[in-house]
Amino acid sequence: MEIKVVRRVLDVNEKMAQQNRSLFTEKEIFVLNVMSSPGSGKTTMLERTLSYVLPEIRSAVIAGDICTSNDADRLARTGVPVEQVNTDEFGGDCHLAAHVIEKAASNIDLDDIDLLIVENVGNLVCPAEFDIGEDARVVVLSVTEGEDKPLKYPLMFRECNAAILNKIDLLPYLEYNKNSTLKNIQQINPGMPVFEISATKNTGFDPWIEWLKNKVKSKQKKL
Amino acid sequence: MHEMGIAMEIVEIAISSIPDNIKNACVERVNLKVGKLSAIVPESLRFCFDIVSKDTPLAGAKLNIENIPVVVRCRECDLKWTIDSPVFKCKKCKSGLIDIISGRELDITSIEVVEE
Repeated sequence: MEIKVVRRVLDVNEKMAQQNRSLFTEKEIFVLNVMSSPGSGKTTMLERTLSYVLPEIRSAVIAGDICTSNDADRLARTGVPVEQVNTDEFGGDCHLAAHVIEKAASNIDLDDIDLLIVENVGNLVCPAEFDIGEDARVVVLSVTEGEDKPLKYPLMFRECNAAILNKIDLLPYLEYNKNSTLKNIQQINPGMPVFEISATKNTGFDPWIEWLKNKVKSKQKKL
Repeated sequence: MHEMGIAMEIVEIAISSIPDNIKNACVERVNLKVGKLSAIVPESLRFCFDIVSKDTPLAGAKLNIENIPVVVRCRECDLKWTIDSPVFKCKKCKSGLIDIISGRELDITSIEVVEE
Protein backbone atom coordinates (compact mmCIF):
# COMPACT_ATOMS: atom_id res chain seq x y z
CA MET A 1 0.00 0.00 0.00
CA GLU A 2 1.37 3.37 -1.02
CA ILE A 3 0.92 6.24 1.39
CA LYS A 4 1.38 9.76 0.09
CA VAL A 5 3.72 11.80 2.24
CA VAL A 6 4.94 14.77 0.18
CA ARG A 7 7.23 16.42 2.69
CA ARG A 8 10.47 18.23 2.36
CA VAL A 9 13.16 16.37 4.22
CA LEU A 10 14.61 19.66 5.45
CA ASP A 11 11.20 20.84 6.68
CA VAL A 12 12.24 20.89 10.32
CA ASN A 13 15.28 23.01 9.54
CA GLU A 14 13.29 25.41 7.38
CA LYS A 15 10.66 25.96 10.05
CA MET A 16 13.33 26.66 12.63
CA ALA A 17 15.08 29.02 10.19
CA GLN A 18 11.82 30.99 9.78
CA GLN A 19 11.50 31.26 13.56
CA ASN A 20 15.05 32.57 13.77
CA ARG A 21 14.33 35.04 10.96
CA SER A 22 11.23 36.41 12.72
CA LEU A 23 13.16 36.85 15.95
CA PHE A 24 16.06 38.62 14.24
CA THR A 25 13.66 40.88 12.32
CA GLU A 26 11.82 41.79 15.50
CA LYS A 27 15.16 42.71 17.08
CA GLU A 28 16.26 44.60 13.92
CA ILE A 29 19.38 42.51 13.60
CA PHE A 30 21.01 41.93 10.23
CA VAL A 31 22.27 38.35 10.04
CA LEU A 32 25.15 37.51 7.74
CA ASN A 33 25.99 33.89 6.94
CA VAL A 34 29.65 33.69 5.92
CA MET A 35 30.71 30.55 4.09
CA SER A 36 33.91 29.37 2.42
CA SER A 37 36.27 26.48 1.96
CA PRO A 38 38.72 25.82 4.81
CA GLY A 39 41.72 28.14 4.73
CA SER A 40 40.24 30.90 2.58
CA GLY A 41 41.05 33.47 5.27
CA LYS A 42 37.49 33.83 6.53
CA THR A 43 38.44 34.45 10.16
CA THR A 44 41.10 37.05 9.31
CA MET A 45 38.61 38.73 6.97
CA LEU A 46 36.05 38.85 9.78
CA GLU A 47 38.55 40.23 12.31
CA ARG A 48 39.28 43.08 9.89
CA THR A 49 35.61 43.58 9.06
CA LEU A 50 34.77 43.94 12.75
CA SER A 51 37.55 46.47 13.21
CA TYR A 52 35.90 48.58 10.46
CA VAL A 53 32.29 48.40 11.60
CA LEU A 54 32.86 48.71 15.36
CA PRO A 55 31.76 50.58 17.41
CA GLU A 56 29.24 52.16 14.99
CA ILE A 57 27.60 48.81 14.32
CA ARG A 58 27.19 46.70 17.44
CA SER A 59 28.10 43.16 16.47
CA ALA A 60 28.25 39.58 17.68
CA VAL A 61 29.59 36.40 16.10
CA ILE A 62 28.56 32.77 16.07
CA ALA A 63 31.57 30.73 14.97
CA GLY A 64 31.08 27.18 13.75
CA ASP A 65 33.84 24.64 13.56
CA ILE A 66 33.96 20.90 13.76
CA CYS A 67 36.57 21.16 16.51
CA THR A 68 38.64 23.71 18.48
CA SER A 69 37.77 27.24 19.62
CA ASN A 70 40.71 28.86 17.79
CA ASP A 71 38.55 31.02 15.52
CA ALA A 72 36.24 32.07 18.34
CA ASP A 73 39.24 33.04 20.51
CA ARG A 74 40.64 35.21 17.72
CA LEU A 75 37.32 36.92 17.07
CA ALA A 76 36.68 37.46 20.79
CA ARG A 77 39.82 39.62 20.91
CA THR A 78 37.97 42.23 18.84
CA GLY A 79 35.77 42.72 21.91
CA VAL A 80 32.48 41.43 20.50
CA PRO A 81 30.44 38.61 22.06
CA VAL A 82 31.39 35.33 20.36
CA GLU A 83 29.48 32.08 20.61
CA GLN A 84 31.50 29.07 19.64
CA VAL A 85 29.66 26.10 18.17
CA ASN A 86 31.55 22.86 17.78
CA THR A 87 29.49 20.71 15.50
CA ASP A 88 31.04 17.49 16.75
CA GLU A 89 28.43 17.41 19.47
CA PHE A 90 25.97 16.96 16.60
CA GLY A 91 27.97 14.24 14.94
CA GLY A 92 30.82 16.16 13.30
CA ASP A 93 28.42 18.00 11.07
CA CYS A 94 29.72 19.78 8.04
CA HIS A 95 27.39 22.77 8.35
CA LEU A 96 25.44 24.84 10.86
CA ALA A 97 21.74 24.07 11.00
CA ALA A 98 18.99 26.45 12.14
CA HIS A 99 18.50 24.83 15.57
CA VAL A 100 22.20 25.31 16.33
CA ILE A 101 21.88 29.02 15.56
CA GLU A 102 18.78 29.29 17.73
CA LYS A 103 20.63 27.78 20.68
CA ALA A 104 23.76 29.89 20.16
CA ALA A 105 21.74 33.09 19.71
CA SER A 106 19.96 32.48 23.01
CA ASN A 107 23.32 33.12 24.73
CA ILE A 108 23.69 36.53 23.05
CA ASP A 109 21.95 39.71 24.21
CA LEU A 110 19.97 40.40 21.04
CA ASP A 111 18.79 43.81 22.26
CA ASP A 112 22.39 44.93 22.25
CA ILE A 113 23.45 44.18 18.65
CA ASP A 114 22.74 45.35 15.09
CA LEU A 115 24.76 42.73 13.24
CA LEU A 116 25.08 39.01 13.84
CA ILE A 117 27.80 37.32 11.83
CA VAL A 118 27.65 33.57 11.49
CA GLU A 119 30.98 32.09 10.51
CA ASN A 120 29.88 28.79 9.04
CA VAL A 121 31.92 25.58 8.96
CA GLY A 122 34.62 25.70 6.26
CA ASN A 123 32.96 23.78 3.43
CA LEU A 124 31.67 24.85 0.01
CA VAL A 125 29.06 22.11 -0.24
CA CYS A 126 26.74 21.52 2.70
CA PRO A 127 26.25 24.95 4.31
CA ALA A 128 24.63 26.19 1.08
CA GLU A 129 21.80 23.74 1.65
CA PHE A 130 20.80 24.92 5.13
CA ASP A 131 18.81 28.07 5.77
CA ILE A 132 19.66 29.38 9.24
CA GLY A 133 17.42 32.45 9.20
CA GLU A 134 20.01 34.81 7.74
CA ASP A 135 19.41 37.97 5.67
CA ALA A 136 22.37 37.55 3.36
CA ARG A 137 24.96 34.98 2.45
CA VAL A 138 28.52 35.73 1.54
CA VAL A 139 31.06 33.29 0.13
CA VAL A 140 34.77 33.88 0.72
CA LEU A 141 37.10 32.55 -1.93
CA SER A 142 40.87 32.98 -2.05
CA VAL A 143 43.18 33.19 -5.02
CA THR A 144 45.17 30.19 -3.80
CA GLU A 145 42.15 28.07 -4.68
CA GLY A 146 41.33 27.19 -8.29
CA GLU A 147 39.64 29.56 -10.72
CA ASP A 148 37.00 26.91 -11.35
CA LYS A 149 35.73 26.73 -7.75
CA PRO A 150 32.47 28.54 -8.65
CA LEU A 151 31.77 25.94 -11.35
CA LYS A 152 32.56 23.07 -9.00
CA TYR A 153 30.29 24.40 -6.25
CA PRO A 154 27.46 26.02 -8.21
CA LEU A 155 24.88 25.87 -5.43
CA MET A 156 27.12 27.82 -3.06
CA PHE A 157 27.79 30.58 -5.58
CA ARG A 158 24.18 30.60 -6.74
CA GLU A 159 22.83 30.95 -3.20
CA CYS A 160 25.12 33.76 -2.09
CA ASN A 161 24.41 37.48 -2.35
CA ALA A 162 28.04 38.54 -2.57
CA ALA A 163 31.50 37.03 -2.93
CA ILE A 164 34.78 38.10 -1.37
CA LEU A 165 37.94 37.26 -3.27
CA ASN A 166 40.67 37.17 -0.65
CA LYS A 167 44.49 37.07 -0.67
CA ILE A 168 44.76 39.22 -3.80
CA ASP A 169 48.16 40.45 -2.52
CA LEU A 170 49.47 37.01 -3.56
CA LEU A 171 48.50 37.43 -7.23
CA PRO A 172 52.04 38.40 -8.40
CA TYR A 173 53.36 35.08 -7.08
CA LEU A 174 50.70 32.81 -8.50
CA GLU A 175 49.74 31.48 -11.88
CA TYR A 176 46.19 32.55 -11.32
CA ASN A 177 43.76 33.98 -13.83
CA LYS A 178 41.57 36.31 -11.79
CA ASN A 179 39.40 37.26 -14.76
CA SER A 180 38.58 33.61 -15.29
CA THR A 181 37.36 33.36 -11.67
CA LEU A 182 35.26 36.49 -12.06
CA LYS A 183 33.80 35.16 -15.31
CA ASN A 184 32.94 31.86 -13.65
CA ILE A 185 31.23 33.63 -10.77
CA GLN A 186 29.15 35.75 -13.17
CA GLN A 187 28.16 32.61 -15.07
CA ILE A 188 26.68 31.06 -11.94
CA ASN A 189 25.26 34.23 -10.43
CA PRO A 190 25.09 37.10 -12.92
CA GLY A 191 25.40 40.49 -11.27
CA MET A 192 26.69 39.21 -7.94
CA PRO A 193 29.00 41.78 -6.34
CA VAL A 194 32.57 40.54 -5.87
CA PHE A 195 34.86 42.32 -3.42
CA GLU A 196 38.60 41.88 -3.97
CA ILE A 197 40.52 42.17 -0.73
CA SER A 198 43.62 41.16 1.12
CA ALA A 199 42.70 40.46 4.73
CA THR A 200 46.30 40.15 5.95
CA LYS A 201 47.43 43.36 4.18
CA ASN A 202 44.18 45.13 5.06
CA THR A 203 43.48 46.37 1.53
CA GLY A 204 40.34 46.65 -0.58
CA PHE A 205 37.92 46.66 2.35
CA ASP A 206 36.06 49.93 1.68
CA PRO A 207 33.50 48.73 -0.92
CA TRP A 208 32.78 45.61 1.14
CA ILE A 209 32.31 47.57 4.38
CA GLU A 210 30.02 50.02 2.57
CA TRP A 211 27.92 47.13 1.21
CA LEU A 212 27.67 45.59 4.67
CA LYS A 213 26.83 48.84 6.46
CA ASN A 214 24.08 49.60 3.94
CA LYS A 215 22.57 46.16 4.50
CA VAL A 216 22.64 46.57 8.27
CA LYS A 217 21.02 50.02 8.02
CA SER A 218 18.29 48.91 5.62
CA LYS A 219 17.34 46.12 8.02
CA GLN A 220 16.86 48.70 10.75
CA LYS A 221 14.69 50.89 8.55
CA LYS A 222 12.34 48.05 7.72
CA LEU A 223 10.40 48.33 10.94
CA MET B 1 28.48 15.04 3.41
CA HIS B 2 25.51 15.38 5.74
CA GLU B 3 23.75 12.29 4.42
CA MET B 4 23.58 10.72 7.89
CA GLY B 5 21.45 13.56 9.23
CA ILE B 6 19.28 13.47 6.11
CA ALA B 7 18.84 9.69 6.47
CA MET B 8 17.76 10.13 10.11
CA GLU B 9 15.27 12.79 9.05
CA ILE B 10 13.88 10.50 6.33
CA VAL B 11 13.40 7.65 8.81
CA GLU B 12 11.64 9.99 11.24
CA ILE B 13 9.28 11.43 8.60
CA ALA B 14 8.53 7.95 7.20
CA ILE B 15 7.74 6.48 10.62
CA SER B 16 5.46 9.38 11.48
CA SER B 17 3.64 8.85 8.16
CA ILE B 18 2.60 5.25 8.90
CA PRO B 19 -1.15 5.35 9.62
CA ASP B 20 -2.09 4.46 13.22
CA ASN B 21 -4.58 1.82 12.09
CA ILE B 22 -1.91 -0.37 10.51
CA LYS B 23 -0.53 -2.75 13.11
CA ASN B 24 3.05 -4.01 12.78
CA ALA B 25 3.50 -2.03 9.62
CA CYS B 26 6.64 -2.61 7.68
CA VAL B 27 7.87 -0.06 5.15
CA GLU B 28 9.12 -1.67 1.95
CA ARG B 29 9.99 1.37 -0.04
CA VAL B 30 10.54 5.09 0.44
CA ASN B 31 10.08 7.22 -2.66
CA LEU B 32 12.22 10.33 -2.79
CA LYS B 33 12.75 13.21 -5.19
CA VAL B 34 16.29 14.52 -5.18
CA GLY B 35 17.17 17.58 -7.26
CA LYS B 36 20.46 17.64 -9.08
CA LEU B 37 21.43 20.85 -7.30
CA SER B 38 20.99 19.36 -3.84
CA ALA B 39 24.20 18.38 -2.13
CA ILE B 40 23.21 14.73 -1.78
CA VAL B 41 25.16 11.71 -2.98
CA PRO B 42 22.61 8.90 -3.52
CA GLU B 43 25.08 6.07 -2.72
CA SER B 44 26.02 7.71 0.59
CA LEU B 45 22.39 8.35 1.41
CA ARG B 46 21.50 4.69 0.80
CA PHE B 47 24.43 3.55 2.94
CA CYS B 48 23.41 5.81 5.83
CA PHE B 49 19.74 4.93 5.45
CA ASP B 50 20.52 1.20 5.79
CA ILE B 51 22.32 1.91 9.06
CA VAL B 52 19.81 4.25 10.70
CA SER B 53 16.76 2.25 9.61
CA LYS B 54 17.91 -0.86 11.49
CA ASP B 55 15.51 -1.92 14.25
CA THR B 56 12.80 0.39 12.91
CA PRO B 57 9.73 -0.41 10.75
CA LEU B 58 11.92 0.73 7.83
CA ALA B 59 14.58 -1.94 8.24
CA GLY B 60 15.38 -3.39 4.83
CA ALA B 61 13.31 -0.81 3.00
CA LYS B 62 14.47 0.34 -0.40
CA LEU B 63 15.20 4.01 -1.08
CA ASN B 64 13.81 4.79 -4.48
CA ILE B 65 15.45 8.01 -5.63
CA GLU B 66 14.05 9.97 -8.54
CA ASN B 67 16.62 12.46 -9.81
CA ILE B 68 15.11 15.80 -10.72
CA PRO B 69 16.88 17.83 -13.42
CA VAL B 70 17.68 21.51 -13.01
CA VAL B 71 15.00 23.47 -14.87
CA VAL B 72 15.29 27.24 -15.04
CA ARG B 73 13.21 30.10 -16.41
CA CYS B 74 14.31 33.47 -17.73
CA ARG B 75 12.55 36.33 -15.99
CA GLU B 76 13.03 38.60 -19.03
CA CYS B 77 11.83 36.46 -21.95
CA ASP B 78 10.07 33.60 -20.10
CA LEU B 79 12.15 30.90 -21.82
CA LYS B 80 12.19 27.68 -19.81
CA TRP B 81 14.91 25.06 -20.28
CA THR B 82 16.87 22.28 -18.57
CA ILE B 83 20.52 22.96 -17.81
CA ASP B 84 23.16 20.27 -17.72
CA SER B 85 26.03 22.53 -16.69
CA PRO B 86 26.08 25.41 -14.21
CA VAL B 87 25.42 28.27 -16.62
CA PHE B 88 22.70 30.52 -15.26
CA LYS B 89 22.30 32.77 -18.26
CA CYS B 90 19.44 32.86 -20.75
CA LYS B 91 20.24 30.97 -23.95
CA LYS B 92 18.02 33.29 -25.95
CA CYS B 93 18.22 36.82 -24.56
CA LYS B 94 21.44 36.42 -22.47
CA SER B 95 19.74 37.81 -19.38
CA GLY B 96 21.13 36.77 -16.01
CA LEU B 97 17.77 37.04 -14.24
CA ILE B 98 17.16 33.33 -13.97
CA ASP B 99 14.81 31.54 -11.58
CA ILE B 100 15.37 27.93 -10.62
CA ILE B 101 12.10 26.04 -11.20
CA SER B 102 13.31 22.62 -10.12
CA GLY B 103 16.51 20.92 -9.07
CA ARG B 104 16.60 21.91 -5.41
CA GLU B 105 14.23 19.13 -4.25
CA LEU B 106 14.86 16.84 -1.34
CA ASP B 107 11.33 15.52 -0.79
CA ILE B 108 9.71 12.34 0.41
CA THR B 109 6.80 11.76 -1.95
CA SER B 110 5.45 8.50 -0.52
CA ILE B 111 6.13 5.36 1.44
CA GLU B 112 5.02 1.85 0.53
CA VAL B 113 3.79 -0.18 3.46
CA VAL B 114 2.90 -3.82 4.01
CA GLU B 115 0.93 -5.07 7.00
CA GLU B 116 2.43 -8.10 8.69
